Amino acid sequence: ASLPSSSATPAVARLAAAAAAAADRSAEDEAEAYERTHVHGVYQAIAPHFSATRHKPWPAVASFLHAQPLGSIGLDVGCGNGKYLGVNPAVYMLGSDRSSALVALARSRLGRPEDAGVEDAAKMQGEAMTAGAAASANAVAAAGGIRGSIQGGGAAISDVLVADGLSLPFRDGAVDFAICVAVVHHMSTRARRQDAIRQLLRCVKTREAASGHVLVYVWALEQGASRRGWDEGGEQDLLVPWVLKSQTPRAQKKGTRGQKNKKDDDGAGTSAGGDSNADPVFQRYYHLYRKGELEEDVLAAGGVVITSGYERDNWWAVAAN
Amino acid sequence: MKVLTLNFLTCAVKACKSSSDSFPLHPKEAELAKDDVEINPQLLVNVLPRIDWAALRTTSTELGFPALPEQPPTAEELEADEKMLQELHSLLMETQIMEGKLVCGHCGHEYAIREGIANFLLPSHLV
Repeated sequence: ASLPSSSATPAVARLAAAAAAAADRSAEDEAEAYERTHVHGVYQAIAPHFSATRHKPWPAVASFLHAQPLGSIGLDVGCGNGKYLGVNPAVYMLGSDRSSALVALARSRLGRPEDAGVEDAAKMQGEAMTAGAAASANAVAAAGGIRGSIQGGGAAISDVLVADGLSLPFRDGAVDFAICVAVVHHMSTRARRQDAIRQLLRCVKTREAASGHVLVYVWALEQGASRRGWDEGGEQDLLVPWVLKSQTPRAQKKGTRGQKNKKDDDGAGTSAGGDSNADPVFQRYYHLYRKGELEEDVLAAGGVVITSGYERDNWWAVAAN
Repeated sequence: MKVLTLNFLTCAVKACKSSSDSFPLHPKEAELAKDDVEINPQLLVNVLPRIDWAALRTTSTELGFPALPEQPPTAEELEADEKMLQELHSLLMETQIMEGKLVCGHCGHEYAIREGIANFLLPSHLV
């Protein structure tokens, strides 16, 4: 049966259409306003502390980066403090993030890679070796934030700018690949998450036999083994606390080392050092992805899934046009 | 922002994406700086085919540099020419726009560059 049709006059039909469009815009405005409070404002406020806890590349992301051919140009959308920009010195990386505070940190880090996470280099060396990533000396050095080098010399060359993942300023089909790690799960509607993936696919080259690849990496609902205890069947839309530590970096490291050091700290959990009364707590919005949902979003965004998987509480997918 | 990056940037406004005037963005009141970056000939030779050469010529001229040749060098020509390698490296990788604006040739919107970082966030009415 076909949908019911209205006998409304053209004027009434126009009013109805305008009202619907206004509602869509206002829904978009609402989503944007919500994210401004529960994502962007938070990252701006916690940027230095957040940056200090972000050192180690996720293994699947490092592998993806190392697999890109020499001379490729890639995007890191939601680059944060730029921790992925130096991983593969054989490619040119363009990092972008919505947080100007994080981009400023990333830029200063580009200038002084030796300052970034050097004290964790030994630990990262061990992790990189066992992660099965291309564990050449270069890969380890690059993962540790130290200048890597390839045949012919040269440190990793990259650049950063401030941009919104839903309005990327890159020309169509210009880059060879893109990564988008721990970003899409901060978007508060499914339409926006799919739109973000659509934007990434727009930016990578589309030649039939050689479409660029996009790696998307998001937090999983199914992480029963983690200390957060979220799991299948649970609520997918959450606010997750971040306890902002205001001590000096040295004191911060003392505090966080006592907690889990297997993956990047989310700042939540018991605060070591007992200043919890004074530390402000921010709430970050997350949409936890359930199994299969990321692949659905890739398809809805007009892409195809090349490969996908699960790694340490995260779902990931490599998408292409 | 490195000159190489500018070769991949267009106006962020959706309505401008379909216009060829939105690329390349035009530097305005640009203050430049020169970094010291170790040259990587292999990277440069492989990046070359990914560059929009016509746009690079426009950018280079607008920034006040001598005109680039009409046609890009081939990989072989570039690999064999130390001087050209160094010049391209210097332009693409070492030349930074530290302050200024990037202007869209289609809608006129101006994006600011401050302390080497360009800001492409749009006011909500332009998204």
